[in-house]
Amino acid sequence: MVRIAVAGLGKMGIAHLAQIAQVDGVEIVGVCDPATYLLGLLRHQTDHPTFSDYRVMLDTAAPDAVVIATPSHLHVAMARAALERGIHVFCEKPLTLSPDDSAALVALAAARGLVNQVGYHHRFMGTFREIRRLLDAGVIGAISHASAEARGPVVLRDSGTTWRTRRAQGGGCLFDYATHPIDLLAWYLGEPRSVGGTALTRVFSRDTEDQVHATLFFDAGRTAQLTVDWSDESQRKMSTRVNIWGSHGHLYADRQEVRLFARRNANLPDGYRVGWNTRYITDLTEPVGFYIRGEEYAAQFEHFVARVAGRTLPALNDFASAAVTDRVLALLTANATAPRRSVAPAAAAAAPAAPARRRRSLFAR
Amino acid sequence: MLNRLILGDNQFFGINHMSEERARAQAIQFQDDAAVIDVLDAAVAEGITGFMCTTHDRIARVAAHVRAHPGAYRDFVFYPAMPYAHKYANAVTEDGMLGALQRFVPGEGGVGRLMRGGLSLVRGDIDHLATVLVDAEMAMFDRLTTPVVFLQNNMVDLLLGLGAHDAFAIFDRHVRARYGAQAGYVTMNLPRLLPVLDRLGITDPIVCTSLNARGFRMGGGDAIGAALRRYRCRCIAMSVFASGALPADEAIAWVCAQPNVESIVFGASSGRHIRATRDLVEQHWGPLARATADA
Repeated sequence: MVRIAVAGLGKMGIAHLAQIAQVDGVEIVGVCDPATYLLGLLRHQTDHPTFSDYRVMLDTAAPDAVVIATPSHLHVAMARAALERGIHVFCEKPLTLSPDDSAALVALAAARGLVNQVGYHHRFMGTFREIRRLLDAGVIGAISHASAEARGPVVLRDSGTTWRTRRAQGGGCLFDYATHPIDLLAWYLGEPRSVGGTALTRVFSRDTEDQVHATLFFDAGRTAQLTVDWSDESQRKMSTRVNIWGSHGHLYADRQEVRLFARRNANLPDGYRVGWNTRYITDLTEPVGFYIRGEEYAAQFEHFVARVAGRTLPALNDFASAAVTDRVLALLTANATAPRRSVAPAAAAAAPAAPARRRRSLFAR
Repeated sequence: MLNRLILGDNQFFGINHMSEERARAQAIQFQDDAAVIDVLDAAVAEGITGFMCTTHDRIARVAAHVRAHPGAYRDFVFYPAMPYAHKYANAVTEDGMLGALQRFVPGEGGVGRLMRGGLSLVRGDIDHLATVLVDAEMAMFDRLTTPVVFLQNNMVDLLLGLGAHDAFAIFDRHVRARYGAQAGYVTMNLPRLLPVLDRLGITDPIVCTSLNARGFRMGGGDAIGAALRRYRCRCIAMSVFASGALPADEAIAWVCAQPNVESIVFGASSGRHIRATRDLVEQHWGPLARATADA
């Protein structure tokens, strides 16, 4: 059996506990949260041992691996405490709030030879995996541009009392939502060299941005546009979309479908043709042992547990790849406050007079 | 008996598991309640009088319409499935677990005790809290026929995953006692749920699960067929077309041949679509009874 402990009983933590507990060969040896009423509920309704102190849980329950699903600012200390005890770590995203902290965790996990994984579950979705497969096959030739978008109805009014609304604790659209499309772009195009034109814009939140718009610059002249909005009520739930344009065609994916437009000279794998191709998630999904909110959540834990149990599988979403996203977050944060060139006075004077309206930017100066 | 063919409500809320574009088109088509009611009326005209629905705010308005027109919906029955998960998930995101509970549990009772009780909760507290939440969701169906009340798959599978099995028994008891209805369980993990219900003494349970020849969204995969043969249950099949990935005639032929399948819940956006599905099902199951479910 693989002995698993879970830290954090928030929205993600409870779902993760339910999910990983059902992976074959897993025994839950500890669950911890500071909220005693949640522990009380769990103690009453389940057999899982509960703890209110994380380090006590690590030392007394002696898990093989821990799942960390706590507010983001707590990740670094909790992951370090586990790694130092020789415990494998699955951590929710983002790995940490600082590239230096992430780099230190990457080094520590590598030095101890421990399995490490971060919850970028899009990489376990059939459609986004198919894009990676088609890129590996060189289907669309040389990539010139990509766009990655995430939209959803998370913050729809000026309220909220949890850590997700507090920037210092890892709240905000950039750390919470934009991480997913950034992670996908890094998976498809590699690590960006630089970023530009970053706008972190408030719609409702007091302390954080609700929208993220930026350009990412990659090597070989490739660029990508990032468009993220967690205050978009036109979406029923989070919707992530990726477009990639290459010399031989165009790829599109969301959680449900993949579309390829292939030009005549495209290098086509079996089952694809010149022109339009559509593949649906119904054909791209591997069956999983236990389904809660999506196959990808089961698949990411099946992968993690298999690696903890010693199966040789290629790492996916390890700390090193998550650290790339953390470096991009730092670039975007810095770029958002960098000086911008203003429109020349003459041109500004020629523009029609409009009432001065202060833009509600988080970093308005 | 259960209605053999039950209209579902995913299409009304822009939920389509295959295509975001199709989902968007449906969300636009059904943004006015009148469009939803038109489809219900078309269903009634085709003899489909069972409607399985989430406890979304919009369903409250549909329920009010049915309540206001008893003559037009004489045999009409609702199969509520609760909770509407997004409502709670969004509240948790905004206000945390406790804030969300305080928002949905009226009065001081349950949440206050939960806070004070902490680790020393007693069983009655949890029973009480659960039943208050069920009653809050059921209020919209006042004076309407609800022969079966379902726990949604998000909740069933979460409880199943956590090992909080007692909750199924609490739900079963409350739904019988308070509403004179049978409890139903929607799940994506039938092979793991059936043995649990069996151990709890919930015999011949009504379960609703993805069942399609493609194996799409069927947690446990091949084990589902074996579970359906091994455990007595009354199964309502959903996702029978695998969100449109399967040809309709092939999909219906397959699902009608599965053991213990009593009923099919399906999505449709027009009278034509409803008629086509009904005709296909009648080819396999014979003329569909128009009777309402027993309770």
